[in-house]
Amino acid sequence: MSTAKANAGADRSEQYLTFMLAGEEYGVDILRVQEIKGWDKVTRIPHTPDYVLGVINLRGAVVPILDLRRRFGLEAIAFGPTTVVIVVRVMSGRDERTVGVVVDAVSEVYNVDAADTKPPPDVCGSVDTVFVKALATIEEKMLILLDIDRLIGNSIADELPPGVAAA
Amino acid sequence: MTLDLEMAEIAKVFFQESREGLDIMESGLLGLGAAADSENINTIFRAAHSIKGGSATFGFAAVAEFTHGVETLLDEMRNGVRPVTAEAIQTLLQACDCLREMLAATEAEQPLDQVRIASLNSDIGHILGERSNEAPVPAPIAGDGRGTPLNAELGMAHGPTGWRIVFEPVADLLRLRNEPTRMFAELRRLGAVVAHADVSRLPQLDALDPESCYLSWNIEITGRIPRPKLDEIFDWVDSGCRLEFTPTGEAEPAAPVPAAKPVQPPQVSKASPAQRAAGDSGSIRVATEKVDDIINLVGELLITQSMLSGFADGIDANDLDRLRQGLAQLARNTRELQESVMQIRMLPISFAFNRFPRIVHDLSRKLAKKVELKLVGEGTELDKTVLEKINDPLVHLVRNALDHGLETPERRLAAGKPETGTLELAAFHEGGNIIIEVRDDGAGLNKVRILQKARERGLVAPDQELTDEQIDNLIFMPGFSTAEQISDVSGRGVGMDVVRRNINDLGGHVQISSREGLGSTIRIRLPLTLAILDGQLVRVGKEIYIISLLAIVETIQVARERVNTLVGRTEVFRLRDEYLPVVKLCDQFGIEPDSRSAEDGLLVVVESDGKRAGVLVDDLLAQQQVVIKSLEANFKSVPGVAGATILGDGTVALIIDVPGLIRSVVRQGAGAVAAHAA
Repeated sequence: MSTAKANAGADRSEQYLTFMLAGEEYGVDILRVQEIKGWDKVTRIPHTPDYVLGVINLRGAVVPILDLRRRFGLEAIAFGPTTVVIVVRVMSGRDERTVGVVVDAVSEVYNVDAADTKPPPDVCGSVDTVFVKALATIEEKMLILLDIDRLIGNSIADELPPGVAAA
Repeated sequence: MTLDLEMAEIAKVFFQESREGLDIMESGLLGLGAAADSENINTIFRAAHSIKGGSATFGFAAVAEFTHGVETLLDEMRNGVRPVTAEAIQTLLQACDCLREMLAATEAEQPLDQVRIASLNSDIGHILGERSNEAPVPAPIAGDGRGTPLNAELGMAHGPTGWRIVFEPVADLLRLRNEPTRMFAELRRLGAVVAHADVSRLPQLDALDPESCYLSWNIEITGRIPRPKLDEIFDWVDSGCRLEFTPTGEAEPAAPVPAAKPVQPPQVSKASPAQRAAGDSGSIRVATEKVDDIINLVGELLITQSMLSGFADGIDANDLDRLRQGLAQLARNTRELQESVMQIRMLPISFAFNRFPRIVHDLSRKLAKKVELKLVGEGTELDKTVLEKINDPLVHLVRNALDHGLETPERRLAAGKPETGTLELAAFHEGGNIIIEVRDDGAGLNKVRILQKARERGLVAPDQELTDEQIDNLIFMPGFSTAEQISDVSGRGVGMDVVRRNINDLGGHVQISSREGLGSTIRIRLPLTLAILDGQLVRVGKEIYIISLLAIVETIQVARERVNTLVGRTEVFRLRDEYLPVVKLCDQFGIEPDSRSAEDGLLVVVESDGKRAGVLVDDLLAQQQVVIKSLEANFKSVPGVAGATILGDGTVALIIDVPGLIRSVVRQGAGAVAAHAA
């Protein structure tokens, strides 16, 4: 559970796994990434928003798969050979959940120094800034560091509309 | 009161054990009476003693102090100084309740109910104070009176020059890990021992059980030995053994134990005494979490096995036979392993039943009714979760039966029945399910009155003809519960719909049958476990869903002329003389089916809450046992879906929540009955 406590405020370098989504590069705390797997057929779940693609069997656990493009309201594209599912562990309330997110492609693993990060401006790409932990500049590129707990917790939680973060 | 973490952990065990101790005390007290056997009082005393000791250790002074009073009273009872009266038992029962509350309050670090404690303390004090005029004080005797001043005196100061000890152990002595030779060796260290073994109970060699103890001994030991020294040696075997110490030499033998005054006990007859110990024999406490992990693992093993079986069909090498053999073995092993692991979660239903002697005792007093409670099949095992969830509905049903089912003694006599009514709780297995029956020999349901009430409330159409069974089961309708009590004649029905809903949510089924003047039987059918389900795989479009076999009544192909449209939208179909709403899974779940209208597909008729509906599917596939996986673990609950499972090909399939589905159809308003229920 120590991973959950590590946050952007810590003044040491953290490793981020980055992935591509509609030409932008996003990063998630690598300690939260459980595995990366190829796209496979899912079982659809009724009565859920369109970005919930369904559930898969991950070694005996039933794990939901979210489409991050649809979650962010981006144009959906056909899944290709680079399409992957990043399986992350998130804290939602007091429970830890395992959730897969579909992204265009995985990119790199970067060491990000806290000094190189800046708080997000009010408008930031197409992602609601509430899910953005910070912006980082690495090799002249901008990385969007995601607050994965908020993003996933918010996407799964029953009543919360997008943009309202769980306390 | 703050405890550090480790202490808190140990304290938790103390609270749990104390609660178990209180249960033992309670059932002991209820069984006390006619026989007033010292063994029973001993058991109660020991439980109280452990609670006192534990609470003192943890610094729960109030609990320790209160228990001390209880213990003193019990001590006097077991020594025969104090007669066992109905009043004393009642007070002690109340003390158990009070202790339970004190423990709960202490655990939650809440203030204690001082008023109640003080009042009970004074009650106990009152009983203790009555000592002199209640009964002649018999001399505490050899039997079990250790620690009483008289004996201590005898033993210590000018004690006897020797003792005669009669030691008749229980047959279980050796199995209880006691070793008589070790005790003799210790006796020998105290003085010269002459022991005569009584072999009269020895059976023939072929009937001899090597683990049983058939011997008893007359032991003479010489020396000025204080009594406590002897007690110490026999400390571990005193339960159930006949053990008599008689001083020899100058001291006079003590008077025999006077029989305690018998009291009229609440009658609890056990159908099978052998099962009585089912709750406490060789049980272990396992964290549910750990067991759940094992269950998950075994579930995966099952999946692997079914995956392999599918794979084997595609190979045609020479090894095929051997592979098949191996797979058959794997299948058997897996199934066995699964069954034995599931057993860990299984608990005897006595855990639920054990509360009832007390409830019946209290309630029959309050209602001034005479009731004999019969418990049958207490050893029947079912899943812990099911057991916990069935508790409240059962309590409700038993209360109902006592309150409304059984008549007062006068009424019973007037009706030519025995004065004492019978309430029977029975549990048994029936084809992969567990059946629990609550039977009473009371007045039964007043069918005329029920039907009249149902018509008044519009639950039944005025011209609708109902069978007796249908009328009885009307009491489970929601409309009845919101009503004021029907009448004193057949006042059942308050909250019965809640009982039925709880049971349905467990995947079970409840029904009542009753004969006027002779009594009612409520029959609950429950799945043995919530972790595995007998499922019917159905296909809708490209999706596969699972419907619990328990919920399925039948599956039919429907003819076009039997399908009608209601208000232009909802489709209903006629099954014999009933109109059932059609649930289209494709519409409910937003999927593309093969068949859009009812007549092209198959209708699976499902039932829950006494309501039926036809679920339209494209095809029926296999029937198989499925391991239930929660959707909530990583996602959230989804309406219409009870859970998920993993099929042989590794894909996830959703399990249909039949009660939920039917409720949602009902909410949309299909049928006259449904409109009222909503």
